[in-house]
Amino acid sequence: MIILNNLKYTNSHEWVKVDGNNAYVGLTDYAQIHLGQIVFADLPEVDSEVKAGDQLAEVESVKAVSEVYSPVSGKVIEINEDLLDNPGNVNEDVYGSWFAVIEMIDTAELDALLGSEEYEKLCDSLNEEEA
Amino acid sequence: MKRTPLYEKHLKHKGKLIDFGGWELPVEYTGIIPEHEAVRNAAGLFDVSHMGEVTVEGEDAEKYIQKMVTNDISTMNAFQIYYSPMCYPEGGVVDDLLIYKYNKEKYLIVVNAANTEKDFNWFQAHVASKVAVKDISSEYAQIAIQGPKAEQVLQKLTDTDLDTIKFFHFNDDVKFGSVTAFISRNGYTGEDGFEILVKPHDAGTLWDNIIEAGKDEGILPAGLGARDTLRFEVCLPLYGHEIDSSITPLEAGLGYFVKLDKNDFIGKDALALQKASGLKRKVVALEMVDRGIPRAGFEVFAGDNKIGHITTGSYSPTLKKSIGLALLDTEFTAEDTIVDVSIRGKLLKAKVIKKPFYSKKYKK
Repeated sequence: MIILNNLKYTNSHEWVKVDGNNAYVGLTDYAQIHLGQIVFADLPEVDSEVKAGDQLAEVESVKAVSEVYSPVSGKVIEINEDLLDNPGNVNEDVYGSWFAVIEMIDTAELDALLGSEEYEKLCDSLNEEEA
Repeated sequence: MKRTPLYEKHLKHKGKLIDFGGWELPVEYTGIIPEHEAVRNAAGLFDVSHMGEVTVEGEDAEKYIQKMVTNDISTMNAFQIYYSPMCYPEGGVVDDLLIYKYNKEKYLIVVNAANTEKDFNWFQAHVASKVAVKDISSEYAQIAIQGPKAEQVLQKLTDTDLDTIKFFHFNDDVKFGSVTAFISRNGYTGEDGFEILVKPHDAGTLWDNIIEAGKDEGILPAGLGARDTLRFEVCLPLYGHEIDSSITPLEAGLGYFVKLDKNDFIGKDALALQKASGLKRKVVALEMVDRGIPRAGFEVFAGDNKIGHITTGSYSPTLKKSIGLALLDTEFTAEDTIVDVSIRGKLLKAKVIKKPFYSKKYKK
């Protein structure tokens, strides 16, 4: 399982890559491993407003539906349309497969997110529970 | 939760275990899609030990089963298998069964795991003299090997010529070394393959031997997830979805297995009446036109009117499309009819298409 140092994470297994006021949001490796092969992705509309914790996108494996939550508040300024046709990219290139870019209205929200070490601890404890 | 004799094998293959009607069984091992593809292109191995087995024996066995089920078993040969719904007097389905005939006085019936107790009670409640019905579910483990390479793999392990076991027939004395097995050529995937009944203590060794024998062919252990997508693509019904106590076999498109011209059977009057007055609803195949995956239970609309629901829906690993089976008002069941599926609050368009989604590849 890969966790990148330069990203922020959520308890619900999203990653955030910060670029100035913009936040790229994707699902983590832990999430894609547990979901299995992603066969469908639904993305938000460009210009839609989201609050931290709102549903941002949706992914489906053969069996199940899962939500992707927005880690921050702001406006969706770009979506990764490639995922609509190739949802399996989430499995192939999990940290390259962002779902949306959010223009943040309050970058201080980033402080509430997990750093890579904290997130790794979370995954370790979840893996232990399973085993 | 109940565990099958192959529980240790599921752990060994790192199966993702779930509660399936009270049984702890793997939904997948390597993934639903690779397992599904292995069965379509090579072979897959399933633990189906949770299935129930009931024997019906006695002088009146044939007469008794004729009364219980909708298919006509009087035309069966020895060592042949028939599929049949079993109905309530109102026409709804108690369960769908596989009936194995030894002779007119001895039959084995394989029933759905979750229905075993209900079925057995139903059988008991209607039992006549000169018939004994026995639940022998715990006496057998059941393994299914399915796929175009199934025969080739299994043949490596036995001297019995498997080609002699024809489609929907069985042989109850096949030797795998010192193990005696009951083998039938049938399955629940739309591919050629076999279902194998053995004593519980022989199941683990046989499982390992089949996995080893099928290595070069690319055999994979396959879970309930792939079993469901495989049966769904070829439109084999699943109890609780396409059929249940409130859906008749005629509505489910199983009219071929309802022989209204045979003597009295439970549900005959209701089914004959339904057929004569015309079906008000039936199960059809849908393909999504808009983007979205229909799932069981989702409602289907025509304009503002609810016209039915999805009975099974999924992404199809073979067709790489989103498809569904739906029980709809007959008015909306003609091919190419466009309907709306309500997917988490959004109405998304789907089109009625011809069944099945994928043609069965049985070896007959």
